[in-house]
Amino acid sequence: MTFSSLLLQQTINGLSLGAMYALLALGFTLIYGILELINFAHFNVFMIGSFVALWVLQGFGLSGQAIVLTGLPLVGVLVAAFAVTMGGCGLLGVAIERVTLRPLRNVTGPAAMITTIGVSYILFNIVLLITSAQTMNFPNPLPPLQWNVGGAVVTLQELLIWGVAPILMLGLWAFVQKSRLGKAMRATAQDPEAARMMGVEVDKVVMTAFFLGSALAGAGGMIFGLYYNFTSFLIGFTAGLRAFTAAVLGGIGNVPGAMVGGILIGLIEAYSGQFIATEWADVIIFSILVLVLVFRPSGLFGRVAPTKS
Amino acid sequence: MLLEFKDIDTYYGDLHVLKKVNYAIEEGEIVSLLGGNACGKSTTMKTIMGVVRPVRGTVIFDGKPIEKLPTAERVKRGIAPVLEARRLFPRMTVFENLEMGAYLRARGPEFDEDLERVYSLFPRVKERRNQIAGTLSGGEQQMVAMGRALMARPRLLCMDEPSMGLSPIFVEQVFDIIQQINKQGTTIFMVEQNANMALQIAHRAYVLQTGQVVLSGNAADLRRDPMIREAYLGEMQVPVT
Repeated sequence: MTFSSLLLQQTINGLSLGAMYALLALGFTLIYGILELINFAHFNVFMIGSFVALWVLQGFGLSGQAIVLTGLPLVGVLVAAFAVTMGGCGLLGVAIERVTLRPLRNVTGPAAMITTIGVSYILFNIVLLITSAQTMNFPNPLPPLQWNVGGAVVTLQELLIWGVAPILMLGLWAFVQKSRLGKAMRATAQDPEAARMMGVEVDKVVMTAFFLGSALAGAGGMIFGLYYNFTSFLIGFTAGLRAFTAAVLGGIGNVPGAMVGGILIGLIEAYSGQFIATEWADVIIFSILVLVLVFRPSGLFGRVAPTKS
Repeated sequence: MLLEFKDIDTYYGDLHVLKKVNYAIEEGEIVSLLGGNACGKSTTMKTIMGVVRPVRGTVIFDGKPIEKLPTAERVKRGIAPVLEARRLFPRMTVFENLEMGAYLRARGPEFDEDLERVYSLFPRVKERRNQIAGTLSGGEQQMVAMGRALMARPRLLCMDEPSMGLSPIFVEQVFDIIQQINKQGTTIFMVEQNANMALQIAHRAYVLQTGQVVLSGNAADLRRDPMIREAYLGEMQVPVT
């Protein structure tokens, strides 16, 4: 393989990973934007998402790579799996907020953040127990199609990811920009007290943020399974940390920032894996994060100066 | 009576902010609340809006007690705030800020009517409707803040320091518009540091000192009151020697 085809191949890989990180990063950013809370439970909501998707696909009689679907059945199964996974994870996120975080809403300090770490470990251990710590083979109903593009290979999985992730992100973007509840979310993020005095019910806004963020994490989890063809109770930590980095890199609280940050982290991971060494990928990712934060503490898209009032 | 405070006591932690405060505001009035810093003026506004809950006492709006109702319910019943220091949503457009004012109301002919009303009161707001609110000047932001409150079609407008930080020309405009809004039928309860201007447009006023109402009455009478003249209108009494 020539250098340019390697570069192209890693760009393809990086965009796929990046789409997954971006979906996951959006959840961090949505919740941070509204509650100024870093939700570490998000790591394992993502992990659970991959298992929900696994169980749904198994429910359709799929296992491993043995059964391949095409046409309408394939589309139907994928849509159903994404819908159930996202809905389930969304509700899980809402439940986490309702049960563990709302009682702490007016408590200042790190109590709520520490709680999310605790919740994260609870989710982690539940799945550990259910799966007996085994790595699971993720059903892949996609036909093994692939295309040669300029010396690089694009698989059907990757095309699927490139289709699904932007649709979800555009959907989120439109919701936040145009819908009544989305505007209430933005208003609450910018001035919670003023939003409340316009009649915005903060609890509803917080619930919406948790639902949407967790649903996107679920979609990310399913994409992880389809991309790597496996899942395990361990996947939340690495992917979650990288996605969190992506959110900070883009400017936490900033929706487009999380999308761009996710793609960047995906590309960095792919390039450094190819051209340096896989073991160095995280070192490079976090070094770039440190550099960005030194020179732009509020992230690439973060607000540098407070707006005048 | 449109709004009444009956023996309201409000605390911030251990700090006793409002002490057995009574107000009574008639429909159609402009009532001004005067007082120095940290005397409980803003707490009064927050108590009306339900952001701060009184420990004792009753707040009555339109004949019904509201002190236990959530803020959204109060907005629904017709109370809208113009907050201290404007408090626009700085990264939303002017139009989106106005929409947030009408958050609890459905879109439709009434919404369009109110939007037209706001645009005719504040032509500048119409010109700037697609601009990001945080980039407007202080005076323009004040107009948006007032427009935003009007979008709730309130019966009672609670204004916290509408003239703060504005240039003298804007201050006069703002007070003119407050009078216009009042003539169109909205009752106004206004906290104001600029006692001179406030007493010119208000029908009545209350004077708050360290959480207690120390004086109240007609604006015209208060303007002549020696204590008011000294403390709030900036007129020193020269001791006769």
